[in-house]
Amino acid sequence: MAETNRPGRLIVESGTKPYLPPYLKLRHDKGRDRWILLAPERILTPDKIAVEVLQLCDGASSVEDISKTLADQYSAPVEVIRKDVIELLQDLADKGFLKSF
Amino acid sequence: MTTELKDHVGEENAHLESVTVDDEPTSGVTGGNDPLDGLCARAPIGLLAELTHRCPLQCGYCSNPIELERVNKELTTEQWVSVMEQAGEMGILQVHLSGGEPTARKDLEEIVAAASRSGLYSNLITAAVTLKRERLEKLKELGLDHVQISFQDVDAENAERIGGYPGATAKKLEAANWVTDMGLPLTINAPIHRQNIHNVGRYIDMAVELGAQRLEIAHVQYYGWAYLNRAMLMPTYEQTMQTVDVVEAARERLKGILTIDMVVPDYYAKRPKPCMGGWAKGFMNVTPAGKALPCHAAESIPQLTFDNVADRPLLDIWLHGEAFNAFRGTDWMKEPCRSCAFKEIDWGGCRCQAMAITGDPTNTDPACALSPYHGEMAAMAREESRRPLKPYVYRNPKNAAEALKPKQEEPELTPAE
Repeated sequence: MAETNRPGRLIVESGTKPYLPPYLKLRHDKGRDRWILLAPERILTPDKIAVEVLQLCDGASSVEDISKTLADQYSAPVEVIRKDVIELLQDLADKGFLKSF
Repeated sequence: MTTELKDHVGEENAHLESVTVDDEPTSGVTGGNDPLDGLCARAPIGLLAELTHRCPLQCGYCSNPIELERVNKELTTEQWVSVMEQAGEMGILQVHLSGGEPTARKDLEEIVAAASRSGLYSNLITAAVTLKRERLEKLKELGLDHVQISFQDVDAENAERIGGYPGATAKKLEAANWVTDMGLPLTINAPIHRQNIHNVGRYIDMAVELGAQRLEIAHVQYYGWAYLNRAMLMPTYEQTMQTVDVVEAARERLKGILTIDMVVPDYYAKRPKPCMGGWAKGFMNVTPAGKALPCHAAESIPQLTFDNVADRPLLDIWLHGEAFNAFRGTDWMKEPCRSCAFKEIDWGGCRCQAMAITGDPTNTDPACALSPYHGEMAAMAREESRRPLKPYVYRNPKNAAEALKPKQEEPELTPAE
C-alpha cells in the first residue's frame, strides 16, 4: 500500500473517485450521540450532510455520482449539491484526509 | 508534548468542525447521580498514557520530571488494559502511547489491543531506535492507528549528539519507511531549540520525502529536565520568528501533502497558549506509576496531590479528583485573568509555567503581556539565547542523581511595578 506516499495535492473534480484512507475512522460517538472522524492528532465532527457524503466515498463512485445520489435524495439541483460536495471534499483533501482513484 | 495537540487546526469547513476540547456531555459521564455542573459533564477526548519512563535516548530537552518513576513502580499489564477500557467507556476518543519509550514495555501489544477493542484511536509516540519491523507489523495488526517518530535533527551527527544515541538516525529513517510501507500514517516530531532551529526548512523537506502525513515543529517547552537546560536550548527571537515564516510558507505550498503543526516557544509570545485547551477540560495524563494528571507537567506544582488509577476509577478522578478541580474553569483565577475578556479563550495560559517562573500556580502565565512578570521573562529568554553555547546536561541516571541533590535556590523573578 502506498496511500501515504502522495505525489501532490489532490484536486477534487466531478470525475474524482474519493475514498477515506484506512487510518481515518468515521464512527459514531455513542456517548455524545454524534458522528466523528478520527484522524492522526485530530478529531473532526462532520455534520449530517458531511456524514452522508463521506459514507458515499467508496472509491468507486465519482463526485458526480455522489452529487446525483444526494440531489435525488434531497430533491435539490445537482449543481448546488455538487458545489457543496466538492468544497467539502477539497477541504478534507487539503487536510490530507482524502484519497482518490 | 500534549500542548502540541491543540494548535493550528486549520481553516474550518461549514460541515466539518475540529474538536480540540470537548463541547458535549457524554453519556459515559452523565450516567452517574452527581449533580453535574456544565464543566464536569464533559469527558476528556484525549488520554496521554505514559507507559514507562525508560528511554534509550538522553535528550537534554526532555520535559519529563527530573525524578523519573522506576520500572518496579510501573502499572501492570492488567492495570493498563483497565485504563484503556475505562477510557473508552467514559468517552475518551484518542490515546497517545508515550513515555519514555513506550516500546520498552514488553506488553505494548496487549495495551494496543485493549485500546483498539475499546474504540480508542491509538497513536504510538516513539523514538524508534529499538523498534523492530515484525513488532510494528504485529502492532498494526492489533489495531494501532498512527505512529509518531521523533528526529532530534536532520543532520545525523548533530541529531545523535543531541539525543546521546549513536546510530539513531539510520534506525529512525528505516522505521519511518516501515510505517509508510505498511500504510500507516506517519508524523515526524521535530523538537526544535537553538541547536537545530536552523534546520526547520530541511525538516519539512525530510517529512515530505519520507511520505509523512504530518510534521510537528515542536519548539521545546521548558518543563522538567528541559528547564535545567533552558539557556542551552532557547533560540533567539529572530530565529523563532524566521521559523514561523518558513512554516507558514510551507503550509501553503504543501496543502494536502503535509500537515504542519507548530508549537511556538511562548517565552516570546504576547498571549499565552490555551494550555491543554484549559485545565482538566479535554485531556488526561496517566504516568508510568499510574498517577492521573491534568497535564504532563502538573507534578511541578507542589500544592497538588494526585490520585492513582490503581486506587480510583478514571472517571471518578476526572470528575472529582482534587488536582483536576484545582484549576478547572475560571473560579480559581486572580487578576488580571479574572476580568479578562480572553479568560475562556486562553484559560489563563499554563499553570506549570506560572509556577516555574513566578512561584505561584494561580498567577497569570507570564507568557501573557498582562502578567507583571512578562517583561522580565522575555528579557531573560533574549539574554539566555545570546549566551555562548555550552554543552547541555544529558538526561541520564547519573546526571539526575546530581540534579536531585539539594542546592541553593535560584533567585525568583520579581514582578514589574
